Amino acid sequence: MNAEQFFTYGILPVLGLAVLLIFVRFVKGPTLPDRIISVDLLITVGIGIMVVYSIINDQPAFMDIAMILALIAFLGTLSFTYYLKQKAESDE
Amino acid sequence: MSDFLMALIGTIGALFILLAAIGMLRMPDFYLRVSVATKGGSLGVGLILVAAAIHFSDFGITTRALAILFFILITAPVSAHLLGRVAYMSKVGLWKDTSRDDLAEEILEEEANELKIKDDRHNPEKADLM
Repeated sequence: MNAEQFFTYGILPVLGLAVLLIFVRFVKGPTLPDRIISVDLLITVGIGIMVVYSIINDQPAFMDIAMILALIAFLGTLSFTYYLKQKAESDE
Repeated sequence: MSDFLMALIGTIGALFILLAAIGMLRMPDFYLRVSVATKGGSLGVGLILVAAAIHFSDFGITTRALAILFFILITAPVSAHLLGRVAYMSKVGLWKDTSRDDLAEEILEEEANELKIKDDRHNPEKADLM
């Protein structure tokens, strides 16, 4: 078994299972911060899946998109945090 | 040899991500979930990025992988800290067995200080001194 096959049949299913489990938390998540952290982790796992795809298909171009996605995940969490902070202050 | 090393590092990374996902599902409390998601997620994706750097073994791609790794390692703790603090401020509940809560005492002290400043403002002699 070569490395491409191992990444396709060994590692991608594990990452897919992780995405499913995190999505269950996203649907259940009793509060809004729970959902925000699940989306953050979902995007992080998405970066991992992109990198695995770039290994399988020998396409290093996917790595650039992974970097942009990391930036978007950080900015998204930051803006959600700002929204929560404003909401908490206006409730007081 | 490099194939074996790549498969080993990739497997460890995938297991870390799977553990982070199980922790997200099983942890009883939002703050514990943040802790699990940050550590497990960034470590797992970092190891997969190192596996990609070994696979391509090209200077440009290794630099790119290390840049993504560096960025994730810098931003994950920042966003987790901000989110945890804001969640505490908007009164997301703690786990029933949480034994230590230092931020609660700090907030109480801050509120006491604010009240004191307001009292000083109502008192005209002290307000001149401020």
